[in-house]
Amino acid sequence: MNVTRGFTGRPRVDNPGLPPGQYDAGEDWPVLSAEVTPDLAPADWSFRIDGLVERPHTWDWDAAHTLPESAYTGDIHCVTGWSKFGVRFGGVCLDAFFDVVRPHGSATHAVAYSHTGYTTNLPLADLTGGQAWIVWEYGGEPLPSEHGGPARLIVPHLYFWKSAKWIAGLTLLDHDEPGFWERNGYHERGNPWEEQRYSGD
Amino acid sequence: MTETATTNPTAPPAPAGGPLVPATRFAVPGRIEVSGRAATVWQTATLTEIRRETPRTATFRLAVPAWAGHLPGQHLMLRLTAPDGYTAQRHYSLASAPDDSGHVELTLDHVPGGEVSGWFHTVARPGDTVEVRGPLSGFFAWPGDRPALLIGAGSGVVPLMSMVRHHRLRGLDVPLRLLVSARGPEELIYASELGTETTPVFTRSAPQGVPVGRMAAAHVAPLLAERPSGGWEAYVCGSNAFAEHASRLLVAAGQPVERIRIERFG
Repeated sequence: MNVTRGFTGRPRVDNPGLPPGQYDAGEDWPVLSAEVTPDLAPADWSFRIDGLVERPHTWDWDAAHTLPESAYTGDIHCVTGWSKFGVRFGGVCLDAFFDVVRPHGSATHAVAYSHTGYTTNLPLADLTGGQAWIVWEYGGEPLPSEHGGPARLIVPHLYFWKSAKWIAGLTLLDHDEPGFWERNGYHERGNPWEEQRYSGD
Repeated sequence: MTETATTNPTAPPAPAGGPLVPATRFAVPGRIEVSGRAATVWQTATLTEIRRETPRTATFRLAVPAWAGHLPGQHLMLRLTAPDGYTAQRHYSLASAPDDSGHVELTLDHVPGGEVSGWFHTVARPGDTVEVRGPLSGFFAWPGDRPALLIGAGSGVVPLMSMVRHHRLRGLDVPLRLLVSARGPEELIYASELGTETTPVFTRSAPQGVPVGRMAAAHVAPLLAERPSGGWEAYVCGSNAFAEHASRLLVAAGQPVERIRIERFG
């Protein structure tokens, strides 16, 4: 251990919900997108799933809202070090979309892409089983554009760069294909509990 | 496979002949290959010098003998460790231009209540050691090839200064401009180093005869009007509020969205 002279740090909190190397951002919710926030109205938003599925499908705003409502209440973790506790996102569980398109058995991974062209890759197993959502509400209000509104993907058990803002679609693949940050040195999976921040972690 | 599209019956029909695949254009690919090895190894860095920049910021020079080298715009991760094993880690932009000195420099704001920046500003002295890993991320890197339009506010000028220094150190011919916002002249970081490439904008107080006000379209327009060969690659760094404002000014002035790289504090 390489102790830093004179460093004590913040008061220790016994928080089993805090992954290693993270701190509690409290009320803050930093915005870290690398691109210009798009002007995207709900009427211009759409979400598509294609690739290795039986029935590729595209939903517009109203069609997506006919699917069963679902919410995520819990924590989110950003690779830059902050975690935010007790957030509530409202939308639709990704499983409801998968029920429509029916992924092929050969599908193992997905590339999520945004209306800005941002991409991120995920194992399909991280997107199914009630672990991922398409959301348009935050704290009961419409999701602000700088946080990915009108609608974003959330995969809260992974670092938040996997939760693509302004989500436009998922393409299912039989292999892993790195997305935007993953090509820029970040980890292919990004599990905060194993501190998978950078490629090779 | 069959194609089905559920649409709102009152909405206009989808374009004929194709699925509703949105036109996406996030060009902004990373500029360089990133070394996974350099990014994963924690190295000991020894503080060799502290230089005051403004009342709230100082530059910390670190000796990192095995530093792999970086490009302007890249950052590192820095870790402090308490005697009980508690650690705090933060990402910081590199302020120094790449050189072969075996040193890197960081310029840090003294963040109120900041456990890492507070340590640097109130405890640290030459000879102290910390741990770093990096350089990290190629997205905001500038290899010195494309014309660079740099827009920053507050300590957002730090990675941009690395680019300005690199430009000077290498005697590069490629156009480079810096538009930097500060509350007042005393808070303008690197003030004595800024040259003719720089336009400062003061938001609260300014020297006699210099206007006070927020960065505006009138600041951006003359820079875009220069139209360098190949077009500007724009780099924006600052708070989220500033980044949103500056990037909208750029888009409104005609800078292509896919040639705007943004780094926001957080």
